[in-house]
Amino acid sequence: MELPQPDATILAKKNRIVRKLHAAVPAGEVITDEVETRAYECDALTAYRCLPLCVVLPASTEETANVLKVCHDEGVPVVPRGSGTSLAGGALPTADSVVLGVSKLNQVLETDFDNRIIRVQTGRTNLSVTGAVEANGFFYAPDPSSQLACAIAGNIAMNSGGAHCLKYGVTTNNLLGVKMVLMDGTIVDIGGAHMDAEGYDWLGLICGSEGQLGVVTEATLRILPKPEGARPVLIGFESSEVAGACVSDIIKAGVLPVAIEFMDRPCVRACEDFAQAGYPDCEALLIVEVEGAPQEIAMQLEVIKGIAEKHNPVEFRMARDADEAARIWLGRKSAFGAMGKINDYMCLDGTIPVTELPYVLRRIGEMSKDYGLEVANVFHAGDGNMHPLILFNANKPGDLETCEAFGADILKLCVEVGGCLTGEHGVGIEKRDLMEVQYETPDLDAQMLIKDAFDPAWLLNPAKVFPLSATQTRRNPARTAA
Amino acid sequence: MLSPADENELVEAVASAKSPLKIQGGGTRPIGHDVEGETISTAKMSGITLYEPGALTLVAKAGTPVDEIENSLDAEGQMLAFEPMDHRAIFGIDQTPTIGGVVAGNVSGSRRVQAGACRDFLLGVRFVDGMGNLVKNGGRVMKNVTGYDLTKFLAGSRGTLGVLSEVSLKVLPKPEATKTVVLRGLSVDDAVEAMSLAMTSPFEITGAAYLPAFDEGGSVTVLRIEGFEDSVAYRTGKLSELLKRHGQEGDAQDAPTWAWIRDAEMFRGSESDLWRISIKPTDAPTVAERLGGADLLLDWAGGLIWAGTAPGFDVRSQLAGIPGHATLIRASDETKRTLGVFHPEPDALTALAHSIRQKFDPKGILNPGLMG
Repeated sequence: MELPQPDATILAKKNRIVRKLHAAVPAGEVITDEVETRAYECDALTAYRCLPLCVVLPASTEETANVLKVCHDEGVPVVPRGSGTSLAGGALPTADSVVLGVSKLNQVLETDFDNRIIRVQTGRTNLSVTGAVEANGFFYAPDPSSQLACAIAGNIAMNSGGAHCLKYGVTTNNLLGVKMVLMDGTIVDIGGAHMDAEGYDWLGLICGSEGQLGVVTEATLRILPKPEGARPVLIGFESSEVAGACVSDIIKAGVLPVAIEFMDRPCVRACEDFAQAGYPDCEALLIVEVEGAPQEIAMQLEVIKGIAEKHNPVEFRMARDADEAARIWLGRKSAFGAMGKINDYMCLDGTIPVTELPYVLRRIGEMSKDYGLEVANVFHAGDGNMHPLILFNANKPGDLETCEAFGADILKLCVEVGGCLTGEHGVGIEKRDLMEVQYETPDLDAQMLIKDAFDPAWLLNPAKVFPLSATQTRRNPARTAA
Repeated sequence: MLSPADENELVEAVASAKSPLKIQGGGTRPIGHDVEGETISTAKMSGITLYEPGALTLVAKAGTPVDEIENSLDAEGQMLAFEPMDHRAIFGIDQTPTIGGVVAGNVSGSRRVQAGACRDFLLGVRFVDGMGNLVKNGGRVMKNVTGYDLTKFLAGSRGTLGVLSEVSLKVLPKPEATKTVVLRGLSVDDAVEAMSLAMTSPFEITGAAYLPAFDEGGSVTVLRIEGFEDSVAYRTGKLSELLKRHGQEGDAQDAPTWAWIRDAEMFRGSESDLWRISIKPTDAPTVAERLGGADLLLDWAGGLIWAGTAPGFDVRSQLAGIPGHATLIRASDETKRTLGVFHPEPDALTALAHSIRQKFDPKGILNPGLMG
């Protein structure tokens, strides 16, 4: 993976920049010590690391604005950072960049149950948003796997999803307002507790823009009343094709489960060895969760059972109580940990039309043989958001490169069947150079025009999202001029 | 009038245009300032190009009539969950609304309060920018974070950034049953409180509206529950119990239909200016009080207020201290010019909008001036 050459003129004026940053954040923190900045050299895409110039942790929106103003004036690239859980390298620094972390901004500013909203500072973790409202019977719906650690800032930057977004949507569908600082230090408020902000859909644009348009310091989020109850069923099948057909039939029947999760045999086995969840030995396994009052749950599960039976399942297990429900989810929730125990892995998240599931799974199996690397599949089947985990050995020379090539081929396959490169993780640096597989030049140009308008000098998270070759002329002359 | 028959002709028409274009789908939503220019209609670019009920996805060319889409969905027991409003009633226009117009205006209906707006169901767009480039964004899958979400940005941009040629939508199963709980005679305070109580319950309300002066019986509050038959019966019972202290239950026969509410039918043929006010629901009683003599319709549990006012009356002057926005949907050209159609934005956003427009449409030919 190529990263841009650090700008020597910036490295040369480090002391001055650091001095100005100290003045910009009287209550916050500036970290320059190499031992401490090492914690910021990468995110959850650990294969790539780079020490930043320094790290700044502002204590308020105003301090965030001060920091951006300093960096703007000095022409220094800024890498915004939530909790650093990006799987796509979204928070990877360059040597000439200032990492701007929002971790000190973690307060709840307002809860308003009558209007069903919460306003938080964006350094707050995803799960602790629900934590702030659950005693009152509410929850925040998007639930990425990393929800214990990931920050709302990162959720907004990547438009995070999760297992339950089949029913509740992803971050962009649950974001009502933001306070955002632009690269020149201007603070803007967009939206709020009301629905549908006026004018252009700025919120829609900002959500998923990977920290390239501004730094969001506050967010107004929709909270939802907790359903009366929820219950999963586990269904095992002889083949992935049959499981895929069952998913499609459930959706067509008018039942809208909150989640439909899919695991293939390698994944089922690994999870079983790791967590002993009592999963059956089968080629494909579905976990389908429905919500509502007890009788509503029973009714929906009857419908699902009727559909599943037409597909001759090898197992149909309904959770009778909370313990059984937890056991059904146990294996799925430990999938990534289980894989990590076996080997190093690379997690992809291409999305495909659900009707293409059987074909894509078969092709991945064939490619796995060609590349000589194993793949386990675990994903959100209801919305076609795949998570192939390619297993490799980081200590074996060449294995990472083979794995990356294999991953790229899987993503190309996703695009070929009408899908996309990434459903919820974001492009970051990881899929940056694959963007031309999905988009043609005018498509990418239109996106880059937006970046030009928000950040003409391309200082915010500059080396991400777009192929380096496509952004070269934008990043360099502009920065020299700045 | 230009009527390109396909994307190539559209590209050609926009690329060669040297003066402003007035972009039109079915021409049933004349919202915004009047545009002087040659009309370019997408009506000939029509037809559903892909519909996969098992994947909940539909792709259609921009000029496809909304009716055609709804009929196709209906045949498979599915629907556009955001329930797009039909603007023909309030404008007294008798033409054919198109899906491109729905997307260009981010048009939603009563179910928006629970299911989301048009933009929440929009999976992808193809459009032609002001230079004649064909641009695609998003696609036809449910989850997609590949690059910037221009798809949402185009929704509601009213043709000022590009001419839509194709849209891709997520659809949902049509509910097996629908029931409406009707409360009669509530004051606006009581009604907003009752709607809030309903919305914060786990019973999944898919519509919550209030009419202060519906008939001789006075006000009516309606709450909609949808789903499987048994589940609807159960939740309706629970909801009635929850709202017991909010007055007497009325008969659904005597209440307005959801289509009537969605389309703001009560303003059909009236001479009043018509405003659409988006606020946080609990501010609705204050706004209703400040608007005094206006004819009101509250939807989205109070979060959306339709206000029919005396011609020339400035609703925005009454909203001091209330976050949200008011759009002047229907008024004389002169009133639109004086008061502005769209709510003023913070300066930084106005500057950004201007800059983006200039980049997408350097010739200034795409609905210039429509959004002010």
